[in-house]
Amino acid sequence: MRRFEAVNVHHHSYDAVIVGAGGAGLRAAIETAGKCRTAVITKLYPTRSHTGAAQGGMCAALANVEEDSWEWHLFDTVKGGDYLVDQPAAEVMCREAIDAVIELEHFGLPFNRTPEGRIDQRRFGGHTRNHGEAPVMRACYSADRTGHMILQTLFQQCVARDVNFFNEFQVLDIAFVQDGTSRRVGGVVAYEQATGDLHVFRSKAVLFASGGFGKMFRVSSNAHTLTGDGPGLLYRRGIPMQDMEFFQFHPTGIYKLGILLSEAARGEGGILRNRDGERFMERYAPTVKDLAPRDMVARAIQTEILEGRGVGPDQDAVHLDLSHLPPEFIDAKLPDITDFVRTYLGLEPKVDPIPIQPTAHYAMGGIPTNVDGEVVVDAGGTVMPGLYAAGECACVSVHGANRLGTNSLLDIVVFGKRGGRAMAGFVASSDLPDLAGGVEGDVRSRIERMKAGSGGESVADIRDTLQNEMMDKASVFRSADSLRSALADVQELRQRWDRVSIDDKGETFNYDLTEALELGYLLDLAEALVVSAAARTESRGAHMRVDHPGRDDANWMKHTLVTRAADATLALSYKPVLGDRYEPMERKY
Amino acid sequence: MPEAADMVDVELRVKRYDPERDNKPHWQTFHVQVKAFRSVVLDALHAAKWHHDGTLSFRRSCAHGVCGSDAMVINGANDLACQALIEDLGPVVTVEAIRGLPLIKDLVVDMEPFFAQYRAVLPYLINSDEPGYRERLQSTEERARYDDTTKCILCAACTTSCPVYWGNTGYVGPAAIVNAHRFVFDSRDEAAEQRLDILNHRSGVWRCRTAFNCSEACPRGIKVTQAIEEVKRAILLDRL
Ligand SMILES: Cc1cc2nc3c(=O)[nH]c(=O)nc-3n(C[C@H](O)[C@H](O)[C@H](O)COP(=O)(O)OP(=O)(O)OC[C@H]3O[C@@H](n4cnc5c(N)ncnc54)[C@H](O)[C@@H]3O)c2cc1C
Ligand code: SF4
Ligand code: FES
Repeated sequence: MRRFEAVNVHHHSYDAVIVGAGGAGLRAAIETAGKCRTAVITKLYPTRSHTGAAQGGMCAALANVEEDSWEWHLFDTVKGGDYLVDQPAAEVMCREAIDAVIELEHFGLPFNRTPEGRIDQRRFGGHTRNHGEAPVMRACYSADRTGHMILQTLFQQCVARDVNFFNEFQVLDIAFVQDGTSRRVGGVVAYEQATGDLHVFRSKAVLFASGGFGKMFRVSSNAHTLTGDGPGLLYRRGIPMQDMEFFQFHPTGIYKLGILLSEAARGEGGILRNRDGERFMERYAPTVKDLAPRDMVARAIQTEILEGRGVGPDQDAVHLDLSHLPPEFIDAKLPDITDFVRTYLGLEPKVDPIPIQPTAHYAMGGIPTNVDGEVVVDAGGTVMPGLYAAGECACVSVHGANRLGTNSLLDIVVFGKRGGRAMAGFVASSDLPDLAGGVEGDVRSRIERMKAGSGGESVADIRDTLQNEMMDKASVFRSADSLRSALADVQELRQRWDRVSIDDKGETFNYDLTEALELGYLLDLAEALVVSAAARTESRGAHMRVDHPGRDDANWMKHTLVTRAADATLALSYKPVLGDRYEPMERKY
Repeated sequence: MPEAADMVDVELRVKRYDPERDNKPHWQTFHVQVKAFRSVVLDALHAAKWHHDGTLSFRRSCAHGVCGSDAMVINGANDLACQALIEDLGPVVTVEAIRGLPLIKDLVVDMEPFFAQYRAVLPYLINSDEPGYRERLQSTEERARYDDTTKCILCAACTTSCPVYWGNTGYVGPAAIVNAHRFVFDSRDEAAEQRLDILNHRSGVWRCRTAFNCSEACPRGIKVTQAIEEVKRAILLDRL
């Protein structure tokens, strides 16, 4: 019986700490291996990370099956992102994509192959030849488990390099230290799930690769554990969050459940149909039809539903139809997602149309960084020494207002590597910070308060309400009214969260406690999202304001930064979009 | 599709153990409600945890069978909680932790011995050739040779369903052999011999008595027993 005893605190000292072991964290760890003493801290076993759920592919202009160029990829990325993309950053990503894919192959990734034995490629939404002429085969893939293969391959390479993992350790706070007149990173505080002990990691540098926060919405493709801890804890410590209003809804989530059916289903020939059996995307995107970018397809689906052409008992879905594809082809190219349909809907995708609806999928926004993964804390490009971020938790910004499919798996390997490399360089020329005692105090008192809480509020109820309100008021379509109402809800839920009571007061695998702490981050980030969205009185990419339906380049061609002060008041500021290689034009597909 | 609002009652019996309170495991019954339409055991566990008793501990993340977090013994057989349909199991569902790994709390076991066995088979591509700036070539037939074993999500359902493993946790177990197979039969790899030597040892592949439990347990449908047989044959025929 160790109940209510003082928490044990352990102290570690490293050159570098990586928070998260999905694709971005593992790629960064490969880069720092052998260069500096690195601890990889992850709340899940590395192979449980949600990178493993990614299905469709990773784009790179290899031109293995048809003519292609990284410049076309860049154009598509910028246009797909509705011109909110920082073009120099996207250029880095699209150029380095080719080497990144080849490197993964050399690491052993079992890509599907062409008859000549090269890496095979397929079509994906928004990826075109010669600046929008026609869809192009650019996505490198491994059946419909590309993310699984990336995660496994990177983990294998970490095993080969004997990377030092702290599995099932959850980072809950960061410490900054004063260094002369400026501040720098001092380390992080982690909670060990198996024991309830706290661990202070003193470190010259920390790279956050902690993934997304799609669990703030009811229908979501994201894992239960994607709760935005990394961005959330930095935001509480005054680091701004960028472009939070841009949250991607993927068109094809399994009805009600949100489990993803990859865009590859449409890349391989699947068709969306409304209740009349009509291929409605022909009306919305005459050239690329079902392969238009996600924001447009999600809005088209929602429009069909709102106008009474939906399917299902509540007419709140449309059909994804694969029944015309050859059965062997489905088994070879889309085995996993068709299995999901069999398991969770009891339907046979080779004959039955599949009810789908848009599902919360990907955070374009997050921790602002430059192309070396350095965290940028203001509009002027000032970096916080020692602080890095990469992957979905970061905002470089290569995805702008709407990410193209396959560009996230690319983002995590390209910027995971660049972040890891920059961090290794930084620690080589800096000293260990002086970290005062007691930096774990805040986390300790949060945990003690949570365990002692007697307010009677339930984590599950608050989370359900949050997910419902965000889905109804801040998802595919938004308005000033819906966002005002969402903000009031979130703020009320935050107050209720202060009165949460949990059942489990123990030290061993107390997920009652960690779920409560995770909900706190989700609530803070939901508030940041809603406040950013309410201010942006235009529609761009995934951010669709029904009361401001047009894009307004004169006033809104800029990134949002939202900052939370110590007293929890929020402030908005803006910074320019970088690059002018491509002038904004109307997005037609 | 039935109306989404239709609910069913489930009697969920969970083998519980709290190291801070209990001397030994004991059963607890929860009466929970889940959606009638294609709910899974994970939904019932969440209903118990979120609405009855927050002290119930189990791992989970993706909730659709791709992360490997939630292998458990469900009505006597190993499966993923997020894939086991309530309608296939009936109104009474029993759940306990997978066997053969040290129990920590409720449905949570210590996975470290499992991952140590995985690491022991050199689970990474070994090839000392300088590949240059292009990909290594691999024909679609060569790629197909090891496709099945690339699906593994390291959930441990196979290894912890193996009677040999229960009796001797020094045995590397099916999952480690599956992951060795993935590289042994990859045309780009050069270390098959090393891996086969490791698996030819006392705690290696010869412990397998072909009980087939592992193949039945695998939630990814990997032909685990066949993979083990192929590795045995490769050792016997002195390679490939
Ligand atoms: C179903 C699905 C399909 C997708 N398909 C594609 C696709 O085909 N192509 C594409 O390009 N993109 C796809 N995406 C998007 C892409 O997979 C993700 O954006 C990307 O994998 C995120 O990788 P990551 O490394 O940033 O984070 P993750 O893989 O989510 O990893 C997060 C890591 O952070 C750790 N962590 C989190 N919080 C903490 C904490 N507090 N302390 C310690 N560790 C912590 C976790 O343990 C985990 O290891 C898909 C996404 C989903 C959900
Ligand atoms: S072979 Fe199957 S059962 Fe065994 S660990 Fe891999 S996925 Fe799980
Ligand atoms: S929760 Fe991921 S496999 Fe079940």
